Amino acid sequence: MWVLNASCWGLLGLGTFLCVIGGIGIVRFPEFYARTHAASITDTMGAGLILTGLMGQALLPLVEHGWAVLETPTPNPLLLCFKVALLGIFILLTSPTSGHALVKAAYARGVAVNPQAGEHDGSH
Amino acid sequence: MSSSFGMMYEVALAGIIVTMALALSRAVLGPTVFDRILALNMFGTKTVLLIAVAGFWMGRPDFMDLALVYALVNFTGTIAVLRFSRYGNLASDTVRASRGDA
Repeated sequence: MWVLNASCWGLLGLGTFLCVIGGIGIVRFPEFYARTHAASITDTMGAGLILTGLMGQALLPLVEHGWAVLETPTPNPLLLCFKVALLGIFILLTSPTSGHALVKAAYARGVAVNPQAGEHDGSH
Repeated sequence: MSSSFGMMYEVALAGIIVTMALALSRAVLGPTVFDRILALNMFGTKTVLLIAVAGFWMGRPDFMDLALVYALVNFTGTIAVLRFSRYGNLASDTVRASRGDA
């Protein structure tokens, strides 16, 4: 099934691309809240895309060989797909939660919000 | 299951490892403790992804269970460290209540 394979390729490649962008963002952005933005958004999206691609790969034997593959001693494609989906749902729930908690803790501890804001605000 | 469409998994693994290195450099550089926690959280998520992709790459689907456990531990660790860095201890409500009783 080259269609499924090609879409898995695309999803994995796009997810990896987003992950690398997030990594560059976390190094290059100038202040803490911008870095949080880069890290948490690309974290959620990149992980979701990569895990969706893996789900497609997990279902590949089922698509290629039909339901008969469930009776062979190979690992169950449906169970594997379920585990990857569970992983994706978990990351989708916890990554924004920890990002929120992180920003809340940083704000409560007095990390300055955008130190350069005074130069741009009120000039227009 | 593995390598059915070229270098798919190798590319993903390389990208994830590069991202982990970048997050680690922020964890070393980070001026505040929250930068370090952010980088650590990102590193943990990328580790989960790395384990999952490596499981497919090596054709070992049992790696998925390890990835699940690692995701749970990572989330719990991040929340615990944040709670500590915000309140100064890990059970502020309990401590306050017992202090009020005494």
